[in-house]
Amino acid sequence: MDGHPSLSRAGGIALVVVPLAFLAYFFLYPLLTVLVTGFTSDGRLDLGPIQTVLGRSALLNVAWFTLWQAVASTLLTVLLALPAANVMARYEFPGKSFVRAAIVVPFVLPTVVVGSAFLALLGPDGPLGIDLRQTIWAILIAHVFFNYSIVVRTVSAYWERIDPALGEAAQMLGAGRMSVFLRVTLPMLRPAIASAASLVFLFTFTSFGIILILGGLSHATIEVEIWRQATGLINFEVAAALAFLQIVGISVTLFLYSRYQERKTVQFGHRRSARPIGQMSRGQRWHVLGNLLVMLLLLGTPLFVLIDRSLRGGSGYSFDAYSGLGEQVAGLAAPATTAIWNSARFALVATVLAVAIGLAAATVIAYRRGWLARSFDALLMLPLGTSAVTLGFGFLLALDAPLDLRTSIWIIPIAHAMVAIPFVVRTAVPVMRSVRHRLREAAAMLGAPPERVWQEIDLPLVARAGLIGAGFAFAVSLGEFGATSFLALPSNPTLPTAIFRLLGRPGTESFTNAMALSTLLMIGTTVTILLIERLRRDGLGDF
Amino acid sequence: MLQCLRLSVVFEDTYALDAVNLTVHDGEIVAVMGPSGCGKTTLLRAVAGLQPLDIGTVTWDGRNLRDVPPHQRGFGFMFQDYALFPHLSVRGNVEFGLRMQGAAAQHRTDRIRTVLDTVGLTGYDDRPVHELSGGEQQRVALARTLAPAPRLILLDEPIGALDRDLREHLTAEMRAIFARVGVTALYVTHDRDEAFAIADTVAVMNRGRLVRKGTPQELWADPQHEFVARMLGFGPVLDGKVNNGWADIGWTRVATDLPDGEHRLVVPPHAIRVAADGPNAGTVSNCAFRSGEYAVEFSVADVTLSATSRRRFDVGDRIMFHIAPASLLAVHE
Repeated sequence: MDGHPSLSRAGGIALVVVPLAFLAYFFLYPLLTVLVTGFTSDGRLDLGPIQTVLGRSALLNVAWFTLWQAVASTLLTVLLALPAANVMARYEFPGKSFVRAAIVVPFVLPTVVVGSAFLALLGPDGPLGIDLRQTIWAILIAHVFFNYSIVVRTVSAYWERIDPALGEAAQMLGAGRMSVFLRVTLPMLRPAIASAASLVFLFTFTSFGIILILGGLSHATIEVEIWRQATGLINFEVAAALAFLQIVGISVTLFLYSRYQERKTVQFGHRRSARPIGQMSRGQRWHVLGNLLVMLLLLGTPLFVLIDRSLRGGSGYSFDAYSGLGEQVAGLAAPATTAIWNSARFALVATVLAVAIGLAAATVIAYRRGWLARSFDALLMLPLGTSAVTLGFGFLLALDAPLDLRTSIWIIPIAHAMVAIPFVVRTAVPVMRSVRHRLREAAAMLGAPPERVWQEIDLPLVARAGLIGAGFAFAVSLGEFGATSFLALPSNPTLPTAIFRLLGRPGTESFTNAMALSTLLMIGTTVTILLIERLRRDGLGDF
Repeated sequence: MLQCLRLSVVFEDTYALDAVNLTVHDGEIVAVMGPSGCGKTTLLRAVAGLQPLDIGTVTWDGRNLRDVPPHQRGFGFMFQDYALFPHLSVRGNVEFGLRMQGAAAQHRTDRIRTVLDTVGLTGYDDRPVHELSGGEQQRVALARTLAPAPRLILLDEPIGALDRDLREHLTAEMRAIFARVGVTALYVTHDRDEAFAIADTVAVMNRGRLVRKGTPQELWADPQHEFVARMLGFGPVLDGKVNNGWADIGWTRVATDLPDGEHRLVVPPHAIRVAADGPNAGTVSNCAFRSGEYAVEFSVADVTLSATSRRRFDVGDRIMFHIAPASLLAVHE
């Protein structure tokens, strides 16, 4: 595709400089400060902190635990999600579009909400009657819950495009069902599975909120340990060294991910029609039904129990936890309504920032060719791969001069925007690129001068991408916990930090209050995401 | 009147267009026919102004269009993949060109109704374009192209993506619409029947060059070029020697009015007649039932000929046939 014709020179420069400046000051500078802290003392190179980390068996155990729980979570998620991906790709059933939208909900839920839900489900008062808190099982199940939809959606979208005739051809050549799957389907799916799995690995490797809430003191990932060292033990050097180790791990994963991502863009052809219920064999019906049941149990139960617990205080059902939101409760320095108000306005500001900067960057990536676009693309992926905790830690270390932003509450939406920008860019770039040049030619042939072409053809399509990006940014900001846990003062909490504080207190009342706030947060993010899903499905995939 | 003079476009090292001269008179429909990669789409895009020229000029009524950008040429372009705007309804698509002209709302409404009626999509105004079938999308694209009443319409394989029945139906329909609306058009296709059905004049292109131009009848009566003969489905090219009214092609002699000398000759498909009393004999290599008759392929010496027959042959059968006198045509490379 050609460069976009109607970008003026000054506008073009602004599109590069503004995102770059924002990224430099609010991402690269804090990150570098973290690294410098880990490697120097009094202005001189000092490998002490790194040696401390590598030499202390407790810290090495943390690294080892981080790695194996991530691998286990990933394997478990892929194993459970593959059959479901097959169902979503190959079969048609009533309510399928609802299921497709609904399974995304867990993925976008704030980690604090997921933690709360599984505390309610797997705690001593849960419906199962077994206490799995502080065990690896609680963590693994919560990770599967959280990441199930990534695998289902990525793999099924890919699977849909693989012509069933390929499998049929293999069958006619004498391959049994199992060997069709192993020798034809699986090899073709491999890029999609690998790409989804590396994302799941990345998310579980840097898991923070879920481990903090469900793992207790006995389980810690590197992410949790950074937070503990920095905020609890005020051991900045060790925290920074841990952050460095984590960045190395993430970089390797991201590198592998981007390699598979490139291969994933191979097209196999158009979407094939899925098999409707009427044409399914008995076995196929059980396959579909069974997977839907797994989805319902795995994804539905925790959320149901969460809502249920928010309505049960000490005795019987009541709305006490909700009607008392405006009052001062034990464990919170401010009433819960303050947290709701903070979360809402921070999300709004973060959304505006993320969309403005994300769209500017996306324009450069989508319409420019060459090294500038490529390096911009890579640069903007970095925040996605940097853990939120490291970012929050970096803000804490770095942003005291020239003007001290750490005490300003606006530091929070800026951090949120930084986390959300990659999502906006990821949404907008494919849409901008998908505006086929042919459409612009068609508009020109119908008499549209270049500026009208931009206004009539690009803008309506990009605007929708912007709206979707805004939705993502809003949801991300509402639920952001890792960076916020460094930046939000107890007197000025956001919903996630308020929930975390409440969960840390003993007593039924605090627990019920935490469940009520989690429910509200869940509703907020779910509504946002379902609105986005609607926009997405309105034909956006079709050009 | 459109005039193209010595149009040349170079891609890397090859000429996509090599000094093409072409005129389209007002009210004329010219089909440009050729195999894929012959440069016909490049020619169309060059006329539209979407493809910069390396050499040559495009003029309209004597005015050089070199500095006129595509959107100011007043030409319409119908793309092979239609390029319908996915975010607009049928009405939005058809209305687009009218809005660019700054037409008044009332005029736009009337015009949209007229063109949608013309293409047989009455009442489709509010349908999203991605819900339409391939044939319906083709009609929307045609309506969108016709709506601003462009002085020249450029069509790039406009029905190439559709299945055969629909293609034949739409060819006839488009011909009728063009006649009714009175358009001037340049129509690109790789299909001989489509070109003959739709155009007043057919231009044959090969490797960036315009090889031959004429009415369908003229082309059929005298293809002149081997390439054109092959595009028209004529039989194999034979080497022959004409002497005193007789053409000697090795295995037989046919009466001819060609001048004496060596010639490259082709046999028009209708010139071979299967008959038991025919003077020539061949061996059947293939026989297929088609449209009430048998299409027979047979070999004589080392050439393969084809003809239609009312009776069936088996492979290996002997077949007797006539070649009509004065039917052989001389071609050159």
